[in-house]
Amino acid sequence: MIPLMEKEIIQANKWLSMKEFVDIIAIAEVTPGPIAVNSATYVGYKMAGVWGAAFATIGVVLPSFVIVISLASLFLKYKDAPAVKAISKGLRAAVTAMIASAAFSMAKASLIDVQGIVIVGLVIFGIFKMKIHPIICIFLAAVLGIALWGGMMLVPGL
Amino acid sequence: MRFLLELFTSFFKIGAFTFGGGHAMVPLIQKEVVDEKEWIEAEDFVDILALAQTAPGPVAANTSVFVGYKLAGVPGAVWALAGTILPSFIVILVVAMYFAKITDSIVINAAFSGIRPAVVALVASAAINIGKTALRDLKGVGISVLAFLAVAVAGIHPIPVILGSAALGYVFFKDDKISGLNNQAD
Repeated sequence: MIPLMEKEIIQANKWLSMKEFVDIIAIAEVTPGPIAVNSATYVGYKMAGVWGAAFATIGVVLPSFVIVISLASLFLKYKDAPAVKAISKGLRAAVTAMIASAAFSMAKASLIDVQGIVIVGLVIFGIFKMKIHPIICIFLAAVLGIALWGGMMLVPGL
Repeated sequence: MRFLLELFTSFFKIGAFTFGGGHAMVPLIQKEVVDEKEWIEAEDFVDILALAQTAPGPVAANTSVFVGYKLAGVPGAVWALAGTILPSFIVILVVAMYFAKITDSIVINAAFSGIRPAVVALVASAAINIGKTALRDLKGVGISVLAFLAVAVAGIHPIPVILGSAALGYVFFKDDKISGLNNQAD
């Protein structure tokens, strides 16, 4: 979605400069929620205040809202038809692959040091062996992050 | 109305703790609606994810709309979606108003150095959980491996890969006489 936003916001409408857009993506990444939604909220606020943020956010989710509801009602109606059942087995296999490849591409982008790999190991252990809630894992990882990387970032040149 | 509020609260909690974009929300939604509230069966959740991936828009928002719709119709979809996006809406507004330089903060950057690998692990664990539910036979595993290679290695866009998997599913499974996935595994 980000390439589309870049085209619409920077090139077509000239609402923001490229640098502002990169800053917004960075902010969208450190705040919770889908990046596309966050960026829309931010751009909307910059252009037209709180109302701008509200309308941009609604605008970015409305098309998929309508499409998902239509797909969902069709699916729930026909899910027991043999053809739909067969198709949905193929789709289930694809979903596993999509989530796995999301994990794979995130790993390629963010596992760049030993500490990171240790955290991955700890979280996998926490989730499967100790049944720790994912939200708690995120908290603990943030604390570990501050402990492991905080000092390092204070030293200039590292 | 009480149920709609509960739905809203659940998705608000999910929305508030999802860092790193759409797929990071999958393990949290799964934990909440499948494991804890037991609103949705594990297999139905996989179907919901499949459709959420196929539809345009953020996967997380699509998934919450579908879950809300399945549980309580269009009002359910509206409340679930509102819960999902409201936390980030509030946070972004506050950041835009007061903390535009938040990405320069050493503490925030250090925290995210820890959060990013944790999210990788969470998404990987979601893939494992979903795989356990979704992959019950060799044909399914075959489709899954092909789809993974197509997206992760060959760099093909997910939508054609998902549509291709649906077609393969139709070809492989159309003659199955046994009705459900469950029956087959038992």
